[in-house]
Amino acid sequence: MAAMLEINNIHTYYGNIHALKGISLTVEEGEIVTLIGANGAGKTTTLRTISGLLKPREGNVVLEGEDITGIPAHKLVYKGIAMVPEGRGVFAKLSVQENLEMGAYSRSDKNGIKDDFERVFALFPRLKERRSQVAGTLSGGEQQMLATGRAMMAKPRLLLLDEPSMGLAPVLVESVFDAIEQINREGTTVLLVEQNALMALSIANRGYVLQTGQIVLRDKAEALKENEMVQKAYLGME
Amino acid sequence: MLKRYIERFSWVDFLLKLFQVLALAAIVIGIFNTLSVARYSSDQWVTLIFAGLAQGSIYALIALGYTLVYGILLMINFAHGDVYMAGAFTSVFLADSFALSGFLASHPVLAILILLLVAVTVSMVLNVIVERVAYRPLRGAPRLVPLITAIGASFTIEYTFRGLYGAEFHAYPTVPALSGIINIAGYEIPRVQIVVLVAAVVLMLGLYFFVERTKIGKAMRAVSEDKEVARLMGINVDKVIMITFAVGGALAGAAGVFNGLFRPQGVFFFMGFIPGIKAFTAAVLGGIGNVPGAMVGGLFLGVFEAVGPNLILEGLGIPAVNQLRDAFAFTLLVIILIFRPQGIFGERLAEKKA
Repeated sequence: MAAMLEINNIHTYYGNIHALKGISLTVEEGEIVTLIGANGAGKTTTLRTISGLLKPREGNVVLEGEDITGIPAHKLVYKGIAMVPEGRGVFAKLSVQENLEMGAYSRSDKNGIKDDFERVFALFPRLKERRSQVAGTLSGGEQQMLATGRAMMAKPRLLLLDEPSMGLAPVLVESVFDAIEQINREGTTVLLVEQNALMALSIANRGYVLQTGQIVLRDKAEALKENEMVQKAYLGME
Repeated sequence: MLKRYIERFSWVDFLLKLFQVLALAAIVIGIFNTLSVARYSSDQWVTLIFAGLAQGSIYALIALGYTLVYGILLMINFAHGDVYMAGAFTSVFLADSFALSGFLASHPVLAILILLLVAVTVSMVLNVIVERVAYRPLRGAPRLVPLITAIGASFTIEYTFRGLYGAEFHAYPTVPALSGIINIAGYEIPRVQIVVLVAAVVLMLGLYFFVERTKIGKAMRAVSEDKEVARLMGINVDKVIMITFAVGGALAGAAGVFNGLFRPQGVFFFMGFIPGIKAFTAAVLGGIGNVPGAMVGGLFLGVFEAVGPNLILEGLGIPAVNQLRDAFAFTLLVIILIFRPQGIFGERLAEKKA
């Protein structure tokens, strides 16, 4: 059976800047896979290439056996990819409810959407309380919940998460990661980009380490945690 | 205290403050003088106010087109006044033939609906074409560039219509069913003004409902906040932009017919210029990018330019005030831009992520 996601030898440029220099990775159905690496290593660029916001100059992206390279982002949502962008990207002037409705923009099954509202509210009860509030007035943690819940509303089979821990207090980081695990248990495959390598590796099955646009290491999450280079560079251990 | 004040003193601020005080003083003195000599009766004031409301509702409909487009693309569609002209100009020929055949007299409602349908379709299609040809290829270009193509599109439309229909003035026929007056609380108001005002308000409420409640309307608001994230939701941003131009054009087309009912004269290829700029003023007045702001701004500008010259300028002893109407409206634009660039409803004008 084809993998959920397979990217082969991707080269992506920003103008003349060669941001991704031949990235290949696979995500199997049901997994949580994490991409870790320093600032500027190309983690976000990788996600943006997969979600269709950027077009790779070389290489291809394959979703469940179908080549989706170069398909624009808004069409990929219909193929089952949802992304939580870096910095959350909630629509500040729309209410929480409307943000979630936008998440379900690609769908027309009214009953299914209703069920997913309940599912998101069960996962993040805070959002239910703040349903009619304008999203710009939410705290950072609540906005992260909203952005994650909004991506769930698309009922994706593959969820891309870009730095969900950014700017959050440790307590909140933990609850966000609990939610990600919960979402994964309910059957969504997750590709997670993180600077907080420790948290990411603790929930992931496998991980890739990115450095200046290339993958330098790939392994099971536990093995990466024990890896000396990873410990030194990303886990802050000596 | 004084030392601090002198240190922070700036001539620019001082002159602006002075200008503000003088403008306020002129307004207060003008109003006081006019009212103290009771130059106009309350009948006359009410007449002016309703004429202003009817005219203002037309400005508001056009202003919505500016504000919707600005909200999404952060650009001023300077061809919008000409899109309004296109609807009004096309419908005038049909209106003439309806009047000649007697259809306008025998079935006024149906006839006006057909006129509206034609004008709305023409303006809507034209606005969509303008977006497709003049703006879409320049998405991502510096913001000055689409401004220049907007001016080019404006001239293209004007002179295409001149080429097609000539440079003569045309006039809408009077609709028998709309002439006459309605008596409201003892004041006599021309029926056509009430009809235009009510119809325009219905359209505005419809638009408000569309933007606030429908899926496409919500998508429009999402796109105006963040195009990239909107794409991640599965929203086809180009399509939403096209719909925005279609809606703005439709409202302008309707405004063209309403204007023809209310002020039948003066239909010609350049008729969109002044209302276009006035509607832009109204949109800025309400806070550009803000939908209720454009509605309120349009109505306010209409009333302000109808009542203002008589109320303020006449009290200052200025002759022939009614000819100063346009100057008065644009002075208002200058004053707003100086003192409250974000408009009444205060949407920030600062550059946001385009």
